[in-house]
Amino acid sequence: MRDARLVSKRFSLENSHTLKVAKENGVYDEALKRAYSLEPLEIIEIIKQSGLRGKGGGGAPAGDKWELMPQDDDKPSFLAVNCDESEPGTFKDRQIISKDPHLLIEGILITCRAIKARHAYIYIRGEYKQFQDILQSAIDEAYADGLLKECDITIHRGAGAYICGEKSALLESMEGKRGHPRLKPKQKECEWYFGNPTLVNNVETIASVPYIIEHGAEGYREYGTEKSPGTMLFAMSGHVKNPGVYEVEFGTGMLDYIEHFGGGILDDKKLKAVIPGGASTDILTADEVKVAKLDYESMRSIGSALGTGGMIVMDEDTNMVEALKNLLEFYHEESCGQCTPCREGTGWSNKLVGKILDGKGSSEDIDKLLEISDTMNGKTICVFAPAVSSVINSFIKKFRDEFEAYNKEALI
Amino acid sequence: MSYSFSPENLKQIELLKKRYPSLHALNLPLLWMAQYQDGYISLEAIDEISKITTLAPMEVYRVATFYTMFKLEKPKKLLVSVCKTLSCKLRGSDEILEYLKNKDVEIEHVECLGSCGTSPVMQIQDKYYEELTCNKVDDILKGFL
Repeated sequence: MRDARLVSKRFSLENSHTLKVAKENGVYDEALKRAYSLEPLEIIEIIKQSGLRGKGGGGAPAGDKWELMPQDDDKPSFLAVNCDESEPGTFKDRQIISKDPHLLIEGILITCRAIKARHAYIYIRGEYKQFQDILQSAIDEAYADGLLKECDITIHRGAGAYICGEKSALLESMEGKRGHPRLKPKQKECEWYFGNPTLVNNVETIASVPYIIEHGAEGYREYGTEKSPGTMLFAMSGHVKNPGVYEVEFGTGMLDYIEHFGGGILDDKKLKAVIPGGASTDILTADEVKVAKLDYESMRSIGSALGTGGMIVMDEDTNMVEALKNLLEFYHEESCGQCTPCREGTGWSNKLVGKILDGKGSSEDIDKLLEISDTMNGKTICVFAPAVSSVINSFIKKFRDEFEAYNKEALI
Repeated sequence: MSYSFSPENLKQIELLKKRYPSLHALNLPLLWMAQYQDGYISLEAIDEISKITTLAPMEVYRVATFYTMFKLEKPKKLLVSVCKTLSCKLRGSDEILEYLKNKDVEIEHVECLGSCGTSPVMQIQDKYYEELTCNKVDDILKGFL
């Protein structure tokens, strides 16, 4: 597996979060000079050519999103950087803001130039206070050094709501409201912050920008696959020997990744399943993991999604009914409550799995669970409920015998 | 009863006003500010925030009750937030939760703290304590109790 640390190359340096170390190691240098010599539309063209995809979970081409921003508008444009990172199994953005915050700031400067924004907000989840402090001191250093003359950066702190990672809920929250996702427009358009055109991108997406500008679209495309170019900070947690965040190029085999960086399964047990890209992606069985490759298209082809790239690894002794119950508790707690199918559906499915766990369930309850899951799919404002629905379906499709086993015990 | 932010915070508020296109955006920052100043968010603070942000008091209250980190009552004991979501559960958060029940603390079950690679994890006063074991919990709590 070749070294592909484009974003994480400075993570292991001592005091990598300080301006001094960042500057000594290439931040605010070539990439920024090149960006300032380019016109905004030229920057967007390079990003489009590079095929950079959003790393917050959706994987939409970043350049297409940038292009939706008006270049000549009376209203001010804004950039909102999404650092809400609340998807279970995902802990990559905190590595960037705590180990290389200046890379993010450099990415923000370039992005703001491209979309003609004078102010960038970084929306950070409330729990990340200690990492927020590191990021803030980096921003202070950048201000003192005169780097932020053309663009202001303000950190906006959330306060514990998973849904604020959804881009329109994030903007609602930044407007001082509850984090309720907005209805989506029919046509493609940018986002709006107090009625002003706004671009929302994940931390890692923005942190990937300087490399692309410095090395060009072709340089970025040397890594990854045709449709998923470049690299991603994939993460591993659960039953692996060395959990953590490791950057590899797209197209890497999932099992290779788990064995190479994770050192295999904890206590040398057998692998049972992996939730590949944060909790909201369909679970994969051990057999599927063997053929899974870490890029958007491959994951799609085996019926799951790459998501945030945060893999939750489970060994042979994991109880799948308990695992699903755990996730449903999460979804029930975190549903924003705006749409009835989601608010009620997460609660009912949580109760039903609880009933099965208590040994009071039956096969009918499993079917009812699938029925509830169906009522959650495609009937809500945002993709929260469809994701829950898909997770329930995948657990039951692949591990129905475990659910039935609880019911059989109940009959005896 | 009237409420007032400390002189330091008032200065901070003036700076914050310059950083947003609308006063409404100050809602979350000011709720945080009140919580740090008093340890919780009082109804008086909500009225004051409503005046500064020009939002209706009910709107400020609606927002304060939506976000789980905002506390409308002062915690009676040391607040310990333990993550119980899947990655932590797989690495033994149940045991930590059980162990904490015998301690003189207020336990809060929270959802994923984004620390899955160093699970199980808990948070006390803005700081994460990672890769927990029962022994480690004892050591950490000694610093607070």
